[in-house]
This record gives sequence, structure tokens and C-alpha cells, in this order.
Amino acid sequence: MEAVGELTTEKSLDSAGAKFIAGGTNLIDLMKENVERPGRLVDINHLPLNTIEEIEDGGLRLDALVSNADTAYHPLVEQRYPLLSQTILAGASPQLRNMATNGGNLFQRTRCYYFYDTAMPCNKREPGQNAGPSGCGAIGGYNRIHAILGTTEGTEDGQSQCIATYPSDMAVALAALEAVIRVTGPNGERTIPIGEFHRLPGQEPQRDNTLEPGEIVTAIDLPAPRFVDNHMYLKLRDRASYAFALVSVAVGLEMEGDVVKDVRIALGGVAHKPWRKPEAEALLVGKTATKENFRPVADSLLEGAVGYGHNTFKIELAHRAIIRALGQAAKLEPTA
Amino acid sequence: MIWTRLLLDYMITQLEPKSAAKPVASLPETRPVTLMINGAEQSLTLAPWTTLLDALREYCDLTGTKKGCDHGQCGACTVLVDGKRINACLTLAVMQEGRSITTIEGLAGNDPSAPGQLHPVQQAFIDHDAFQCGYCTPGQICSTVGLINEGKVRTTADIKELMSGNICRCGAYTHIVDAIEDVLQLRTNQPA
Ligand SMILES: Cc1cc2nc3c(=O)[nH]c(=O)nc-3n(C[C@H](O)[C@H](O)[C@H](O)COP(=O)(O)OP(=O)(O)OC[C@H]3O[C@@H](n4cnc5c(N)ncnc54)[C@H](O)[C@@H]3O)c2cc1C
Ligand code: SF4
Ligand code: FES
Ligand code: FES
Repeated sequence: MEAVGELTTEKSLDSAGAKFIAGGTNLIDLMKENVERPGRLVDINHLPLNTIEEIEDGGLRLDALVSNADTAYHPLVEQRYPLLSQTILAGASPQLRNMATNGGNLFQRTRCYYFYDTAMPCNKREPGQNAGPSGCGAIGGYNRIHAILGTTEGTEDGQSQCIATYPSDMAVALAALEAVIRVTGPNGERTIPIGEFHRLPGQEPQRDNTLEPGEIVTAIDLPAPRFVDNHMYLKLRDRASYAFALVSVAVGLEMEGDVVKDVRIALGGVAHKPWRKPEAEALLVGKTATKENFRPVADSLLEGAVGYGHNTFKIELAHRAIIRALGQAAKLEPTA
Repeated sequence: MIWTRLLLDYMITQLEPKSAAKPVASLPETRPVTLMINGAEQSLTLAPWTTLLDALREYCDLTGTKKGCDHGQCGACTVLVDGKRINACLTLAVMQEGRSITTIEGLAGNDPSAPGQLHPVQQAFIDHDAFQCGYCTPGQICSTVGLINEGKVRTTADIKELMSGNICRCGAYTHIVDAIEDVLQLRTNQPA
């Protein structure tokens, strides 16, 4: 990792607004819209971060620069983490998956229409400095694709600053698989559990994640395989393919006969980060896999969900999606 | 530190608040970029932010690759880089130095025994009338070649899913699928 360490202490990165470029599929798009205006671009594609390797505890290390396609089709990922393969292949298009990297995918920014439109107020794009927030086009605007969970958490006055969703599919599976993100920066290496990598908007909607300036993601570590037999990524969207999720559910079940021994559930399209709630998962442990037993889990996961008008349908949609995905993972119902 | 390539000092606008002078926009210098396109080396001088798509169309006179959306949403700009299909609108030309780029212009006549002969995918698109206006077609054809290289198609449903990155405003999809089935020798659509 010497080269990476060297890069993160590289002088030119000190200049405000220097950005790494990996696949370019999100950054170049946003530069064309004037939403991202990096002072410098640093092409990281030549760093030695391009392998998928087994690690000591039986897990798998996915380097940051491996493409989403190569990850999804890697034999070890297909065999041991089919949930991740299925999830990546549900996202974007074959061309984009060939370009998009595992690292870049974690950093993709919201698809909120007002974030993309520089003529509109947006607390994420132009956070209020001293003069107070610049506003949110989506609250009170057209917010069909926006968040229903965690929008007011951590705000000063209980009023949401931003109701954007984080659009990645891959990260939803990573949340269910409890992946760990490896990071190198000016202060050395550290690891961040996926659940703590992305953050809720709170008072700082401009910050999508908990990375410090100058830090670079080097790899995603998957713990020893689980949920190989019983898993599901259910993605609900406006088209059958090549569209972002309105709501998605990643489920991993550990079954003993009909009984659920352990479960992980993560939701996409509903919040500023992949949404997990261990208390909701615990409700299912030791229970038989039936719709009746899934319902309280869905109730609990969606507790406190708030709609903003056009997106209110997501609450019921997510509820049904959770129950269906659990049923599909338990093989109570077909997946297609 | 060859691996650290500083791509661009993006337009730095210097505003002198008290002077009457107009803001000075200093553009970063153009730089030489060498690309391997359809087997031939091309030496270009480009602003560092030039996308591969613009480099092909505006600087190499290779206008076969089309610009539809310029945002990764339509697939009209699909080209092959080291045999893999990508959207040329979302990558910078400088990032593709040292790689082998194939565009629609480079597909025909690759077989030395039959110079000038169309690529089988091109021929199948003609045989099956797999286009109407033709704007999406170069992208569809390059995407199909990428799809074949990937080798993941087993069924007609796979073709539809794995060609979903190419939009056709004319709705020629049925014939496009027929053409691809033909090349792959899948016969699921043919009457028994
Ligand atoms: C039309 C379209 C449809 C899409 N549909 C979907 C979809 O359905 N589901 C889905 O999940 N995604 C979808 N995407 C998004 C796509 O998955 C992301 O754009 C892609 O994953 C980003 O990866 P990249 O390598 O191209 O990132 P880049 O664009 O290169 O970088 C994105 C950001 O990440 C930073 N970065 C990159 N690598 C690192 C690193 N190693 N360490 C630190 N910072 C880094 C960059 O500085 C930049 O700010 C779609 C994109 C498009 C254009
Ligand atoms: S939801 Fe967030 S990203 Fe969208 S306009 Fe509001 S502040 Fe900006
Ligand atoms: S022009 Fe590149 S995808 Fe539309
Ligand atoms: S043939 Fe006209 S867009 Fe496809």
C-alpha cells in the first residue's frame, strides 16, 4: 500500500477541491452539470488496487478499483456471496458496470433532481455557511424518489435539512453482509464498518459519509460467507432494468428447516444510507418463516417513517417489499 | 510517480474584487494524448477534460459513435475498450491512454481472409432489419459485441436484460433481439 500512502500525502491534494477519479461515471456526469467543480482531478486507476483475494478469517477482499462487473461475475463472489452478485447486477447497465468501481460506487451521490439542478436551492450542494442553510428544493417540491426514514435525526430543530436518498444498490447488499471498508489517509490506515460509512443528513447534508479529507478507500472486506442458500435482493423501480431503486430490500437468512436462525435486512431507496435495524431483525430469530411472522419485522423496520407527499407511497411499498423479499429468501415464493 | 496523473486544473477564475478588470479565466493547457483506436495510434492534442466520445467525434473524425444523452443514460456512445463495452461519454480521453479502443468503424474487415467484410453482428442487424433511424445502431452493435465477449447469455430474457444499457427511441428492440439471437444461434424466437 506504499503507493497509496504516497498518494494521500501528495501535495497537490491539499488544494481545495481536488478529487480522485476512478470509473468516472458519477464524477464526470456531475462535472457536466456543474454540480461538482473539482480544482484538480487525480486519476487513481493506476494504483495497485485491482484484485479480489481471500483473507484470513475466511472472508474476501474486494479492491477498490475492481469494476462492479468483474466483482459480480467473480467466481468466488458468485459462489460465496450470491446476494452481492445479484445486487450489483440489478444496478445501472452492463456498460456502466464495466466502468464503475467498487470504491466509486460507495461515493456515488444522490440522484435528487434539485441537487442536479444548480438553479434550485439545495443544502447538500450549497450548504449554508454562516448565513444559514440555502434550502431544500425537494421538501415541498416534487419528491417521489426521496427518503422516508432518518430525515430529521440529528437536526437541531427537528426540521429536516435534506431528504435525499443514497442511490447505490451494491451498498445495500454490503450492509446486509456487514462488510468493512478499508481506508488509507494522511493519518494512516483504518477500517470503517459499512453501517458507519454513510451518514444521515442531520445538520450537515453536504457530508454523505464519514471519510476525512484526503482519505481513499482501498478495499471492501467481506466477512466469512453467510446466506449462500437463502438470500434475496428485491429492487422495485419504474422500469424493469437500467433504473434506480424506488425501494429495495437485501435479505440474508440463516435457516434451520422452517425456522429462522439469523437474519439481516437492509433497505435501499428509503434513506440517506442503507437502512438497517438490528431490533427488527431480532424479532424474527427463532420464529418460523411465515408471512405472519414477517409482518412485525416490516412494521418495526419502518417505524417512524415519514412521507413528504409524492414519496408517501414508499412506506406501504417498502412494507410489502420487505415481506415479499423475506418470503423469497426463505423460498416461500418464487423470485421472478 | 507515474501513477499519479494530475488531470486538470479546472477553470480557475480569478476575481479581483476592487479592480475594474474583467475576471480572468485561465484554462489549463492542452496536452498530447495518444490513443490506440481501431488498431492505429492517434496522436491528439486535447484539453484534459475532453471525453473519449468528444475525442472520437470531434478530433478523430470518427462520427460513427453517437452522442445521445451525454450522461450514461442511453448507450448511443458505446465503444469497446480492451474488448469491454463502455459509455464513451463518461470517461476522459486521457484516462484511456495505453488501452485498445474499438469503435463501430473498426468492426468490419478484421478478418484478413475476407477484407472489407462486415462483422457478423453488423450483418445480422441488416438481415433482421434491426433499426429504423439508425441513431442507436452503432451503440447497439458495439454493445452486442461486448455482450458476446462477456459470454453470459443463455436465454432471450438474458439478451433483453444485458442489452438494457442501449435505448432505442424507434423501438426496434424486437428485431435487435432477433439479430442477437441469430448471431448467438439461440433459436428460442423461431417457430419450431
Ligand atoms: C445512467 C446511470 C444509471 C445508474 N444506475 C445505477 C443503479 O441502478 N444502481 C446503482 O447502484 N448505481 C447506478 N449508477 C451509478 C453508478 O453505479 C456509479 O456512478 C458508480 O458506481 C460510481 O463509480 P465510479 O468508479 O465510476 O466513480 P467515479 O465517478 O470515478 O467517482 C465517484 C466519486 O467517488 C470518489 N472516489 C472514487 N473512488 C474512490 C476511492 N477509492 N476512494 C475515495 N474516493 C473515491 C471520486 O472522487 C468521486 O467523488 C448509475 C449511473 C448512471 C450514470
Ligand atoms: S433533498 Fe437534499 S439533495 Fe435534494 S434538494 Fe434537498 S437538500 Fe438538496
Ligand atoms: S451518449 Fe453516452 S450514454 Fe448516452
Ligand atoms: S433505430 Fe432509431 S433509435 Fe434505435
